[in-house]
Amino acid sequence: MLLPSPDPLLKVDNLVVEYSVGGKTVHAVSGVSLEVERGETLGLVGESGCGKSTLGRAVLQLRRAESGKVLFDGHDLTAMQGEALRRMRQRVQLIFQDPIASLNPRRRIGDIVAEPLVIAGVKDPAERRQRVHDVLSAVGLDPTLVAGRLPHEFSGGQCQRVCIARALVLNPEFVVCDEPVSALDVSIRAQILNLLEEMKTRYGLTLLFIAHDLAVVKAVSDRVAVMYLGRLCEVGPSEQLFARPAHPYTALLIEAIPVPDPDMKPTESVPTGEPPSPIAPPSGCRFRTRCPRADTRCASEVPELHPLAPGQLVACHHPLI
Amino acid sequence: MSGVLLSVEDALVELPTPRGNLRAVDHVDLTVDAGRTLGIVGESGCGKTMLSRAILQLLPKKARLSGRVMFDGQDLTRLSPEKLRKLRGRSLAVVFQDPMTSLNPVLTIGTQLIETIQEHLALDLAEARKRSVELLAAVGIPAPEQRLAQYPHQLSGGMRQRVAIAVALSCEPKLLIADEPTTALDVTIQAQILDLLAREQRRRHMAMIIITHDLGVVAGRTDEVAVMYAGRVVERAPTPALFKQMRMPYTEALLAALPKLDAAPHTPLPAISGRPPDPTRPLKGCSFAPRCRYAAGRCNTDKPVLSRAETAEHLYACFHPIETTASGRA
Ligand SMILES: Nc1ncnc2c1ncn2[C@@H]1O[C@H](COP(=O)(O)OP(=O)(O)OP(=O)(O)O)[C@@H](O)[C@H]1O
Ligand SMILES: Nc1ncnc2c1ncn2[C@@H]1O[C@H](COP(=O)(O)OP(=O)(O)O)[C@@H](O)[C@H]1O
Ligand code: SF4
Ligand code: SF4
Ligand SMILES: [Mg+2]
Ligand SMILES: [Mg+2]
Repeated sequence: MLLPSPDPLLKVDNLVVEYSVGGKTVHAVSGVSLEVERGETLGLVGESGCGKSTLGRAVLQLRRAESGKVLFDGHDLTAMQGEALRRMRQRVQLIFQDPIASLNPRRRIGDIVAEPLVIAGVKDPAERRQRVHDVLSAVGLDPTLVAGRLPHEFSGGQCQRVCIARALVLNPEFVVCDEPVSALDVSIRAQILNLLEEMKTRYGLTLLFIAHDLAVVKAVSDRVAVMYLGRLCEVGPSEQLFARPAHPYTALLIEAIPVPDPDMKPTESVPTGEPPSPIAPPSGCRFRTRCPRADTRCASEVPELHPLAPGQLVACHHPLI
Repeated sequence: MSGVLLSVEDALVELPTPRGNLRAVDHVDLTVDAGRTLGIVGESGCGKTMLSRAILQLLPKKARLSGRVMFDGQDLTRLSPEKLRKLRGRSLAVVFQDPMTSLNPVLTIGTQLIETIQEHLALDLAEARKRSVELLAAVGIPAPEQRLAQYPHQLSGGMRQRVAIAVALSCEPKLLIADEPTTALDVTIQAQILDLLAREQRRRHMAMIIITHDLGVVAGRTDEVAVMYAGRVVERAPTPALFKQMRMPYTEALLAALPKLDAAPHTPLPAISGRPPDPTRPLKGCSFAPRCRYAAGRCNTDKPVLSRAETAEHLYACFHPIETTASGRA
């Protein structure tokens, strides 16, 4: 048990997801456990390629896990198939990173947003039109102006609003937001982050919010999970994690945030190098090849996620606190 | 070492489009001194790339450019294509957002570096090769010798950008233009690449223009900042002065839109509502007026011109600039 909550909406238990590439195994997600409580936003942060999207897709069963469980509202999604899974999926939706690429360029906005309704079997066209109208207004688009137009007529920020509308039209309980603002400008990013917060309240959502920028994650998350090369490094309340990071990798992510203050000269202490290949991850702690605190124990023994402070868990042999 | 290296004088870039004439760069003046760093900041579509392409003389064919681009004593707008080609890659280099724009996918890293070096410098193959290895090491590529035989697609995005920087640095340019060099990269890799650029800029004493939409990126890494909006420079100041006292509401709004590290989760961000105006439909008054919280009076009818604040170096274009005492506004 990672959290005291007796009844999380989502519980991921020891999830393993692998890809096979040219006879080799990519260890994309290697034994991740986490919980998301009802009504909370859990931020998931980590560098490109660390397995965030894979984890998100495996939660939605868009990619089947090698092992482990995904319990949604008490039901094990990994054991479900066909009609049962399809019904479950209406309660869980996904918003993608690249808003423009994730919209079919030949379909009108109204049809794109209505599509989940069609798949879910809402047969009455008048009801579909009404629900599309409502959700488009909710995300700040004028339904009468946008419904008949094609995606290329819209900016990245507007396309992301359409994607959010599409994800919300079925009234889901849980939404995985996979880097929803990474492709957007600073100003549009703020608009979309605010919109997500507003929609969360309005629709009573629980969110898994994925990003590589810790400042963005902190702005919207109650708790944050830090991921590195397929494993979780640290989980904890956003502010606590920020004020007192326990894992050296969390500290590195905090240091990397560009601060808009000319007196705060960049430290230049960010270790160079990039994450190793997930085809042959390092033994022991996967972060050890970039960690300033690494020793021989780190090379031989896998650090397990363990409680350190109230609500804060860390997977490190030599935590910072 | 000082003196003006680059001066852009009244640059205007227009593009014909089906919707009509599009003014991408609207009467811009800029200077960069030798060895100094200028940040150009603004939202997507505000003309940053078109301005840098105007400097490099790499505008789309149908574009119309007027004004002068004085670089190292010559007007680039009057140089022959042959002379320009020699200049680019030698004393004027560029790094793009997508490293694949500057790298050739079918040539090895080694071939690209060695060819660039040999095209511009009188070095034999062995010397050019040695220099390539040194450059790759300098930009933080491990096992540089082995990398020479690799193709760009075999590297990660961050590594590719390092190689693109190595190619740009290979002939010791006097000015490096980096157009959103880290926007496509992770925050950790972004920090590494920006540090790398800063280090090489100091070491080589070259001038640099960093283009970004994130004020956080330019804060600790530039001498001067120019803020662009709707094709114009709307505020320009030495970096410390700008952050100490922003005068232009747009600059203030760009800064406020960044998530604050010390704000509690779920604090609403002061987003800038709406979008920049359609550049084929220029506004009569201030281009920022429809989104500006201080807009009043003349803002909708007259265009504010870039003018002096307290000091000669601090310029802004606004009828109701933020007052020096108004530091509480955020
Ligand atoms: N379909 C696939 N086939 C093979 N390998 C894959 C596939 N999808 C992802 N991978 C690999 O799995 C690892 C984790 O990928 P994933 O896309 O989940 O990471 P991510 O954190 O979302 O990264 P990004 O920010 O780049 O999207 C990476 O090494 C990636 O190259
Ligand atoms: N090849 C082109 N043809 C027509 N318009 C263009 C072209 N490239 C850019 N533009 C337009 O020029 C304006 C400025 O673009 P750009 O300089 O690329 O902005 P930024 O780099 O700040 O994102 C935008 O309105 C853009 O749509
Ligand atoms: S376990 Fe060792 S290598 Fe891993 S983060 Fe902790 S100190 Fe660093
Ligand atoms: S001139 Fe007016 S509209 Fe333009 S930025 Fe200043 S106050 Fe705002
Ligand atoms: Mg991803
Ligand atoms: Mg650009």
